[in-house]
Amino acid sequence: MTGDPRAISMTVNGREVTLTVEPRVSLADALRQDLGLTGTHVGCEHGVCGSCTVLVDGTAVRSCLLFAVQAEGTAVETVEGLARGSALHPLQEAFRRHHALQCGFCTPGVLMTLVELLRADPCPTEAAVRDALSGNLCRCTGYQPIVAAALDAATVLAAEAAP
Amino acid sequence: MTATVMTATLGTRVPRIEDPALLRGAGRFVDDLRLPGTLHAAFVRSPYAHARVLGIDTADARALPGVAAVLTAADLTPLLTDLRLPIAFPEGQLPPEVMPFALVRDEALHVGEPVVIVVASSRRVAEDAAERVVVEYEPLPAVTDPRAALDAGAERACSTADGNLFKRFRVAFGEVDAAFAGAHAVVAERFRLHRGGGSPMETRGVVARHCSESGELTVWSSTQMPHELRHTLAERLSLPEDRVRVVTPDVGGGFGTKYLVYPEEVAVAAAARALDATVKWIEDRQEHFVSAIQERDQHWSVEMALDGDGRLLAVRGTLVHDQGAYAPHSVNVPFNSATSLPGPYALPAYDMDVAVVRTNLVPVIPVRGAGYPQGCFVMERLMDRAAERLGLDRAEIRRRNLIRPDQMPYPTPMRTRAGAPIAYDSGDYPACQAMGLEAIGYDGFGARQAAARAAGRHIGLGIAHAVKGTGRGPFESGLVRVMPDGRVSVYTGALAMGQGLKTALAQIAADTLGVPVERVDVIAGDTGFVSLGHGGYASRQTVTAGSSVLMAARAVREKALAVASGLLEAAAADLVIRDGMVEVDGVPGMAVPLARIAGMLRGLPGYAFPDGVSAGLEAVEHARFDQLAYANAFHACEVEVDVETGGVRILRYVAVTDCGRRINPLIVDGQVTGGIVHGIGNALLEEFRHDEQGQPLTTTFADYLLPTAHDAPPIELLYRESPSPLNPLGVKGAGEVGVIPVTAAVVSAVEDALAPFGARFAEAPLSPVRILETLLQTGLRTGPRNGEGGTP
Ligand code: FES
Ligand code: FES
Repeated sequence: MTGDPRAISMTVNGREVTLTVEPRVSLADALRQDLGLTGTHVGCEHGVCGSCTVLVDGTAVRSCLLFAVQAEGTAVETVEGLARGSALHPLQEAFRRHHALQCGFCTPGVLMTLVELLRADPCPTEAAVRDALSGNLCRCTGYQPIVAAALDAATVLAAEAAP
Repeated sequence: MTATVMTATLGTRVPRIEDPALLRGAGRFVDDLRLPGTLHAAFVRSPYAHARVLGIDTADARALPGVAAVLTAADLTPLLTDLRLPIAFPEGQLPPEVMPFALVRDEALHVGEPVVIVVASSRRVAEDAAERVVVEYEPLPAVTDPRAALDAGAERACSTADGNLFKRFRVAFGEVDAAFAGAHAVVAERFRLHRGGGSPMETRGVVARHCSESGELTVWSSTQMPHELRHTLAERLSLPEDRVRVVTPDVGGGFGTKYLVYPEEVAVAAAARALDATVKWIEDRQEHFVSAIQERDQHWSVEMALDGDGRLLAVRGTLVHDQGAYAPHSVNVPFNSATSLPGPYALPAYDMDVAVVRTNLVPVIPVRGAGYPQGCFVMERLMDRAAERLGLDRAEIRRRNLIRPDQMPYPTPMRTRAGAPIAYDSGDYPACQAMGLEAIGYDGFGARQAAARAAGRHIGLGIAHAVKGTGRGPFESGLVRVMPDGRVSVYTGALAMGQGLKTALAQIAADTLGVPVERVDVIAGDTGFVSLGHGGYASRQTVTAGSSVLMAARAVREKALAVASGLLEAAAADLVIRDGMVEVDGVPGMAVPLARIAGMLRGLPGYAFPDGVSAGLEAVEHARFDQLAYANAFHACEVEVDVETGGVRILRYVAVTDCGRRINPLIVDGQVTGGIVHGIGNALLEEFRHDEQGQPLTTTFADYLLPTAHDAPPIELLYRESPSPLNPLGVKGAGEVGVIPVTAAVVSAVEDALAPFGARFAEAPLSPVRILETLLQTGLRTGPRNGEGGTP
């Protein structure tokens, strides 16, 4: 049932970490409870709401559905790693401009989902943004401002990337 | 007032002060609190909708290493003045027995009701131990249909109650029978309306820390009502109120769900006190589906009488409301449903008979909209039926019946639950309708629809109005204090749960005191700072807390000017406050910082103190509100229905909102948009289902569907601003008016799209299955009727 705790290593937001967890502990719980990274939220623990979304080796995953031990040797990115020091990431800035967050509970998961999208598709269509977002539930915003923020951030990021 | 008030930010789209921390993942929600030595709680919950508890064996659970306590109702009883939660409404409305116990004493009344609390070193251990608790139950018959529950000889939902009726009441005025007797036309319909839950993305959660050294109990709870929680805990745990502090951390949405003192909060606090420890309980989503409040079914049977011009004569009918196992907010939801039905229309006579029925399902209290969406749906659908019957245009029949702006303020013959007259304070309903019709292209829709139909597509248009009473009193607290460093702190008993309340209050304080918004800190929902408060519900906070903060900030300003006038040797009338400096207007350099005045008003022990002012550069106000400010909205939407799949796509959505003066249009947009998408969930998706034994069938977000980014349409927002004369800001609440007309508008549009099939809808939500069933019953069997409708 519980199993003996195991030591695992991974990088989290670029930092090497080692922790000892029971095999039944989810990556979400390990991030929140063992590493103190409480920016990743848990809204359902059954893989539907997307609040717990983090990037594992660049791919958006639901950290409530992944055991921490499965993340052994991977590179994990969470919302805490997004800002550029004291400046917000352009996506975060766009969220503020467009009022794309209200209670902010879904926001970290939404941001990480969009980070994955914008890396893969720097100029997404509105339909592509809505597709990417369809696995993230938000009860507050009605999504429209999130979509607008994502499209706006894409423009800003593209301008940054331009030579 | 002296000197000019700088209105730098009121009415502008100020980015929220809440955002930076939340965007960085640095918010502090209740589950983010990590206090040393915290123990974790899990609950054993009733697996039956109705059962007698015959015995509980906790020995195995207690034997598990890491378990600190396993408490039953019998264990809690000596720790509490009363195991039952207290009523939070005036005595006499309903008896105390309508409230739940902190833990089930001898009879569980719904699946999910907490029976045992287990406290252990970790949540995982607590859950392991909870599985080892053996509860012996005697299952009893479950009552799940509120209509059948009223039959003579029906099983009882609670064996100690007389019957299944919590309360029966009427909302009535005018000469109803005479109106029907003389009517030109009568339309009648039965409605079944399911509302659904608040479903905040953050579940409930509470951390309680008891410290016997100080005798203090500190509770962090994801609640919408911190002061009521403190009062209840102090009373039930026999603690002085000032030894109990309730703090609301960041709250991940409420929507009504958290506007209740829950049994779990009392049980966790009692356990923390018994153990003299810190105990945390975070609800998981499965628990949320079976123990957090919901709104569910209402069954209406209603008829409307009209004259030959389509003018309303009367409405009468019955409403049977499924209240669930308990009635912790009395009859608020069905009362609102019944009194909101007339909405924006001049209705001469009305008689609604309301039965509030006990069932063995999760208790009902208001969810965003609080019963109004149902009253609105019934009225708006009847308007559509009446238009059809009389051969009138749907917009025209509404226009003829809308209350006119020259009739404002418009007293209805009804009274609020506080006993005050329901009187609409301001608004121009016909103008809102005209704006919305224009924006959606109402006049050209017939041609668009005909063209679509010719191409085999089924599009339809729906419209609906809403009126919502906002700013419920009696008051809210607002304390404004200039700190010695010149920052301004605002404290209130109102509650921030995502609406941007902190930003709005900061704007009000900042503009009044002449400081930048960034220099204002808002602490909402911490009983340690303000002694009184009512929290977040009924779209009330910008009205009530906003007014208190405005008044307090004005008082602080007066004080600052009085002191500065002495220091600068200038008349207060010649002073302005800019960027935190009190200046003699037009004389650069003649200035004193607010910070210095704040420092002076702290006083120095034994030394002189400025004349004519009281201590501290601060003031507290509790603006009083006896009357509601009525916001209104007109919505129009265009949908397309796929007759093969029953799928509904909303093509366009236009919302005209009048919530008075907007402090921050960015925030108002957010409130309205979020409300509309919530309403789309109610119209098309969200339904709590259960079987005949009361076993819930929707306990995950895979079964209970919330709107996703795909379901949310493009929304066009338009505004009128009719300032409320009832408060100094001229504001009305914006949090709920967006959700109210959505179900009515969407269902109307679906029906319009399927008019060729003669489809009729008098229910919500409309799932694809329900649409297909209806098409099979009416449309496909008889074939399209070329837009001609049947009579209801
Ligand atoms: S918490 Fe992981 S998907 Fe909801
Ligand atoms: S901002 Fe509250 S759930 Fe998305």
